[in-house]
Amino acid sequence: MKAFLMFRDRDFDLQGKLPWNEAALTQDLELTILFNAMALGDKFLFEGAKRAVLSGVKNDLDTILYRQRILQDCLKNPSVVRELYTIAVEAIESERKNHWGFFSRYPSSILSGAIDVLQMFVGVLKRLKKIADEQSGNFDSEGFSTFFTMLKRELGDAYFASVEDHLRELKFREGVLVSAELGKGNRGIKYVLRKAHERRESWIARIFAKSLPAYTFAIGERDESGARALSELRDRGIHLAANALAQSADHILSFFHMLRAELGFYVGCLNLHGQLTQQGELTTFPVPAAPGERRHAFRGLYDVCLALKLGRRVVGNDGDAGRKELVIITGANQGGKSTFLRSIGLSQLMMQCGMFASAEEFSANVCDGLFTHYKREEDTAMKSGKFDEELSRMSGIVDNITSNPLLLLNESFAATNEREGSEIAKQIICALLESRAKVFFVTHMYECAHGFAESRRENALFLRAERQSDGGRTFKLSEGKPLKTSYGEDLYGTVFGANR
Amino acid sequence: MPPMTFHSLLVRNPEDALTKTPLEAPGFFVDLNLDQIIDAITAGKQEYGLKPFFYTPLQNVDGITYRHEIFHDLEERTLFENLKSFGHTMRAMRDQLAQTNKLHYQYQKERWFLEAVETYGTAVNSLVRDLSLAELNSRGLLAFRQFLTNYANSEHFSSLQSETERLFADLSSVKYCLRIKDLAIKVGKYESEMDYTASVEDTFSKFKQGAVKDYRVKFSEDPEMNHVEAGVLDLVAKLYPEVFSSLDRYYVRNGNYLNETIARFDREIQFYLAYLEHVAIFRRAGLKFCYPEMCVDHKEVYDYEGFDLALAHKLLGGRSSVVCNDFSLKEPERIFVVTGPNQGGKTTFARTFGQLHYLASIGCPVPGRQAQLFLADRVFTHFEKEEDLNNLRGKLHDDLLRIHDMLSQATGNSILILNEILTSTTLQDALFLSKRIMDQICHLGALCVWVTFIDELASFGEQTVSMVSTVALDDPTVRTFKIMRRPADGLSYAIAIAEKYRVTYDRLKERMGS
Repeated sequence: MKAFLMFRDRDFDLQGKLPWNEAALTQDLELTILFNAMALGDKFLFEGAKRAVLSGVKNDLDTILYRQRILQDCLKNPSVVRELYTIAVEAIESERKNHWGFFSRYPSSILSGAIDVLQMFVGVLKRLKKIADEQSGNFDSEGFSTFFTMLKRELGDAYFASVEDHLRELKFREGVLVSAELGKGNRGIKYVLRKAHERRESWIARIFAKSLPAYTFAIGERDESGARALSELRDRGIHLAANALAQSADHILSFFHMLRAELGFYVGCLNLHGQLTQQGELTTFPVPAAPGERRHAFRGLYDVCLALKLGRRVVGNDGDAGRKELVIITGANQGGKSTFLRSIGLSQLMMQCGMFASAEEFSANVCDGLFTHYKREEDTAMKSGKFDEELSRMSGIVDNITSNPLLLLNESFAATNEREGSEIAKQIICALLESRAKVFFVTHMYECAHGFAESRRENALFLRAERQSDGGRTFKLSEGKPLKTSYGEDLYGTVFGANR
Repeated sequence: MPPMTFHSLLVRNPEDALTKTPLEAPGFFVDLNLDQIIDAITAGKQEYGLKPFFYTPLQNVDGITYRHEIFHDLEERTLFENLKSFGHTMRAMRDQLAQTNKLHYQYQKERWFLEAVETYGTAVNSLVRDLSLAELNSRGLLAFRQFLTNYANSEHFSSLQSETERLFADLSSVKYCLRIKDLAIKVGKYESEMDYTASVEDTFSKFKQGAVKDYRVKFSEDPEMNHVEAGVLDLVAKLYPEVFSSLDRYYVRNGNYLNETIARFDREIQFYLAYLEHVAIFRRAGLKFCYPEMCVDHKEVYDYEGFDLALAHKLLGGRSSVVCNDFSLKEPERIFVVTGPNQGGKTTFARTFGQLHYLASIGCPVPGRQAQLFLADRVFTHFEKEEDLNNLRGKLHDDLLRIHDMLSQATGNSILILNEILTSTTLQDALFLSKRIMDQICHLGALCVWVTFIDELASFGEQTVSMVSTVALDDPTVRTFKIMRRPADGLSYAIAIAEKYRVTYDRLKERMGS
């Protein structure tokens, strides 16, 4: 029995490797905010969301569309999906409460624990089957159709009846019939060896036989050895049956684990969708293009993490890079550049894991690797300077580069002076573009941005953080070539007073 | 008889008492890596709560001299070792007291308490002997020795000691036997019964050969008794009523045996011992420490063969060598402008300058062969901070706000350390803003180290001194980590570093195979 709600033909791997740059992606794109919105405080949902979103860069077009259709079903039938999820969670929780029996050293406890768990599982499976019978007509996606059909096929009434027969039988209401042979390794040897103990006792008894001044106290009644010996024999008898039954319980349990993990992703999407809708934000199912194509077009694209953080609608951006592979973002400080860059990374990850995107419209080619290169604080390990550290990280990205990567560079190469930083940026970005990378580059290095504006007019899109005539920021980007100044002078005026 | 009072090893005047010692490190600790230094110094000494001592700069030169004198005395090895072992004994005493408080059964508590008092007596007697043999010159230790001698000769202390010894002797004379049968235990006095275990071992010893599997089980080492053991002990007490009733009385009477001044000394001496132990690590590697001359009325500071104490600790841990640097200022110089290749030790130089001044201000010896340092009123640092979503004001705005904040609090007697500020804007902006800020710092007349890539600042005026990180003559990718006093040369060697990480255009084309 398989759920197959994440992949058409395989399980969702909760243990698999995450991208090598998981930590950098999480930090740079503030992914924890996204995961928290999906999890709503549930640790398990958080882990599942994290895994689904981060492993999305390895999904093919087909998987993305498969999940999109399932998610559309979920948005149409949220309460049924949440109920399925709750059933899986309850099954796992109830099993956990019983679990002590499985860690027991005594087969009788293992057996009775397994019987309890299986009886509980039968009840849960019946509930699943009932939902499949009643609700499958309301679901259109291939994924849910397959899932419900499987439940109906595997969980017939006759099957449930035979399981319940076995569980009744294994309670041994008329006693366990055990045959046994004598083996070599018997515990009696130890008793033989403890003859010495008996001798010491009699010796001590001899000493105390003399009448000496002494005080005595007694402890409570307790003799377990006789009962223990008997139940040990019984345990030998039921050993193999207990093993088989406990293994069956584990198999069913792992089905529920998988069901919970796969549904958990969709429940996370529902949670996120609910919050965004409540804030008045729009979402859209993105139109993914094949990895070999080049496309990046969006309307009303916003930073979902910023929106979640602020709890209200945030400014979205429009843009169409067409087949261009380089997008350079320049302009005013605190004008929304970093936010825009984050929204590009987040929407890509959301699309690739099969989710909706935070935009009114969104279409982009699928990438097979997402890389962020953000300026970092000085290394407190003191081993390397800032520029050194930046280039070392860039080298790490190149070590892991894929054939259709998306790179987000935020103020990269700014740890040296502008002239040299521009030169290094030019060399690296040119080499990346020539090997089919798509690059979004936020920079305040005029030299560098201007250089690309001159040399790559055809294959680059230029966006600029806007500044209104009164000096205020709109946080909205518009198409525009880099300007030769930033706005440090008016900030200085604001902070220090115009006369200093 | 001289008065039985002594104040503190850390401050000379009771009025300067460290009563309002801060529990939090000053803001600049992290930037200067002073947090790492203090962590390393106080590692394994958490119980003394030493960190607040390191968070509190002294207000005047005499306070610093008071500590220098004590440090000097402790540089004598025998005294240093003796004081360390005093600390160990006092720690053992505290462990015993902790047992006393943790345990449940009365006779167990009382026995641990007796052990603690005995240990205390040992600690005090050894300290008296050790200090009487030491040659002391510091005001602090001389005064303490006087106090301690009086205390040890007091009637109170000697009667405590004799009572403790007597109880120990009585308790060790108690011997008893148990008989366990079915569910009952019988307890009686020991009657010279023979050792049966020994006789069993003796009987079978002739069969012994080679290594065998160990069938012994592990018994709980928890000092806490179970109720059966406790029941037995109660019966033993019935067998020896005199001994146990005097133990009861002893426990009740001597609750406040520990002298407050000695307890405070035990804590405060650790400040010195901890620092000197840390210093010893570097001295073993051939690095130098000195007692700086402190100046307050001029700013001609210098330090020769100084180093970053945090970095050096890390390097020595990895068996790497440490590069020392010199600096010096002559009137009217105030500001070191550090430029040159990245990774060349510029930040380290800035941190070193800050660390030296701070460590000097708490009365400690500092890295270097010889030093003259300024006793500043405040230290300010500005190191680049990571961008985060919580700060929507924007990086440059934030930078400027912090600098404005710093400049409005700083005085001519402050020290400012600026590390690569204003990197999030254009070269043009950075130049414009840096010059404005430099104007203000010059006007203030404060001591300053400013690490920057803007060469123009290095020749700003008569107050600025240009320092440059340098590279090996024969290979521009090899840093010497020497910071030299020379004009800024505008070379940053960025391409060389890109070459090192194979991220130049040519290397990338090779690596990505296109």
